[in-house]
Amino acid sequence: MRNRMVAAAASLAVAVLGVAGTAHAGRDLDAVRARGMLNCGVGIGTAGFMLADSQGKWKGLSVDVCRAVAAAIFGDSEKVRYVPLTSQQRFTALQSSEVDMVMGNATYTLTRDTALGLDFTGVYYYDGQGFLVPKKLGVKSAKDLGGATVCVAPGTTTELNLADYFRANKMTFKPVVIEKVDEIRSAFFSGRCDVYTTDASSLAATRAANVPPPQTFDDYVILPDIISKEPLGPVVRHGDNQFADIVRWALFATIEAEEYGITSKNVDEMLKSDNPAIKRILGVTPGMGKALGVDEKWVYSIVKQVGNYGEIFDRNVGMGSPLKIPRGQNALWTQGGLQYAPPIR
Amino acid sequence: MTDIMPVGERQPIAPPVDETGPLGWARKNLFSSWGNGITTIVLIGAVGWILAWFLDWALFTANFTASTGAECRGSGACWALIREKYRYIFFGSFPYEQHWRPLFAVIAMLAMLVMSADRRMWNWRLLVIWGVGSFVTFLLMFGQIHIPLSLILFVAVVGGAIGLTLRSALAAANERAAYYALIGIGIVGLALRIAGVLPKWSIAIAPLSYVETSLWGGLPVTLILATYGLAFAFPYGILLALGRRSNLPLIKGLCVGFIELIRGVPLISLLIMASVMLPLFLPSGTTIDKFLRAQVAVILFAGAYIAEVIRGGLQSLPKGQFEAADAMGLNYLQKTLLIILPQALRVVIPPLINTFIGFFKDTSLVLIIGIFDFLNTANQALVDPNWAGFPGEVYLFAAFVYFIFCFSMSRYSKYLEVELNKGTRR
Repeated sequence: MRNRMVAAAASLAVAVLGVAGTAHAGRDLDAVRARGMLNCGVGIGTAGFMLADSQGKWKGLSVDVCRAVAAAIFGDSEKVRYVPLTSQQRFTALQSSEVDMVMGNATYTLTRDTALGLDFTGVYYYDGQGFLVPKKLGVKSAKDLGGATVCVAPGTTTELNLADYFRANKMTFKPVVIEKVDEIRSAFFSGRCDVYTTDASSLAATRAANVPPPQTFDDYVILPDIISKEPLGPVVRHGDNQFADIVRWALFATIEAEEYGITSKNVDEMLKSDNPAIKRILGVTPGMGKALGVDEKWVYSIVKQVGNYGEIFDRNVGMGSPLKIPRGQNALWTQGGLQYAPPIR
Repeated sequence: MTDIMPVGERQPIAPPVDETGPLGWARKNLFSSWGNGITTIVLIGAVGWILAWFLDWALFTANFTASTGAECRGSGACWALIREKYRYIFFGSFPYEQHWRPLFAVIAMLAMLVMSADRRMWNWRLLVIWGVGSFVTFLLMFGQIHIPLSLILFVAVVGGAIGLTLRSALAAANERAAYYALIGIGIVGLALRIAGVLPKWSIAIAPLSYVETSLWGGLPVTLILATYGLAFAFPYGILLALGRRSNLPLIKGLCVGFIELIRGVPLISLLIMASVMLPLFLPSGTTIDKFLRAQVAVILFAGAYIAEVIRGGLQSLPKGQFEAADAMGLNYLQKTLLIILPQALRVVIPPLINTFIGFFKDTSLVLIIGIFDFLNTANQALVDPNWAGFPGEVYLFAAFVYFIFCFSMSRYSKYLEVELNKGTRR
């Protein structure tokens, strides 16, 4: 949250200097093709989203979106060069063409989408402020938290959201305001406060990684209530709409594939499907790839090499990962979530 | 004093056992009074208790074999985490199956540093060592090196000019002619290249696959940033220090301005300038490698600090040295190179090594611009949710590696101090 504030301040400085919105020739896609590599800016180590594994390979949900875009453009999800960027650097790096797109867990907001000369092309993860509580409190909903002691970082929107939420629900709380993340965690786990609040994905990472023994993962729960909107989206520069389209539809394709039940395992059988929608998506009936300016097999490459949205979510942050984040708002719209892709038609 | 006894009759009596040897030492220093004795016993107890606890944690109950962090819980130190992650911590995202390359690059750099630590090498050999060492290091790290024609021509001009200045009085006629020829060929070649007559051409040495700097990480990054940061900052710092003492107001002003400006801001702000602001001022589409930007920022920053250290050395020289050099009819260059600098640099060796050690550790600040040096790859290893929860082990490991480097540097500084001050110790 604090990083976001710093980024916002940096962005503001950039905007004031009048450097923002530098028009580019609109040939970003040509540059990517000529290079044979997609330059993808990623954040510095966030569990489940972007992190180098023991062999130094970048893995995570955000990383997989980069791979999906590369699969759409080149038919090869490995043709990505990952450029680690801090939240202060990420938008500048994009504006100065150091990277082609940024997957830095940036919240999609109006000012960033406009004044910075950037475009958000969708939402790959609906994040929001949540609450982590010890299971022994027996709390089922944030509405039961009246009178609780809450650990929170100072000077962030997190703190404001918290106050607003409790006031709106006519509850009181005692804030324990601590600056450093490590110290907040140890304060929470040692019992100085009943509740820890920050972005839900970060709570999940805390629960997966930082619970001190002898307590375990299962001694803590993340409440289902989400009290703020933090939609995280891929970011591209203004100026090359075709490249932006490819980034947008590469993400949609993974969501659409999940909706139609196309997975990395059954995608070859699905090529024989009679369903006209699936035929269109997988390029058996040509036209979609041509319209987008990529190979007709683009969705096939994405799903075969990277997987559909459900698979990507599950292996990186969901039940197949140590983070065990429930799908929640990130479930498909057909299952009560918000992930909804316009039809590929 | 009158009765002189024959030698051998009066044997000196040995002092009592509890006055000499370890027992005597302990008695004199540790148990000289009741208070001291109690303090000693309490402290020995405390140290022993902490040591026993530490050994138990770090060795006897430690887990060396677990395959996930969960298996490690409940036992002592989780060294299995280091076993799993040490290659990432040392070499970052460098392609896994090619880790031998950064390994040998580190060895080449260490060999280069150790060899240049030997005083017998402090002549033309130093140039050869650094030339070969740097070439090997960067060839291994990049895999491919392209040397453009314009760079070769530029080096010819600079080399010729340096040769001409340094050996002005000593060079024979044909040697001097060779320097002039070098400069001439270089300038003509560069002019033709700019005019477009000579084609864009480079020598390509490409035995290995290319690995860009965004994949570099770990120890090689720390070593390269520190070594080359200081190697370039050293001559630059000397120039700044001399410039600051210059009689020409313009040069003096520029040097003072630069030094004070750089020393007036933290390294972080320079790095952020280099990584966030600089790209915005460049024409769109032009990017300078992030690693190079960080390296230049480190050089500029270290240069200002080294300049101030060296200025201290220059000011410590008695005025007579300058006057004696002038009286001998030496020109400014000869005076500086032959009389002033050798004495000034000898004085400042301890603070210089101190600066070196500081910068070796300060390079970790490059994390804020997204470069993973040794400490930062260690930090990344902590984020892995499969292995999280063992920061102590990782930081101890990182501290151990840093200690080896910094301690050897400080021992070297000690040796060098003795070595260089032989002339003054009688």
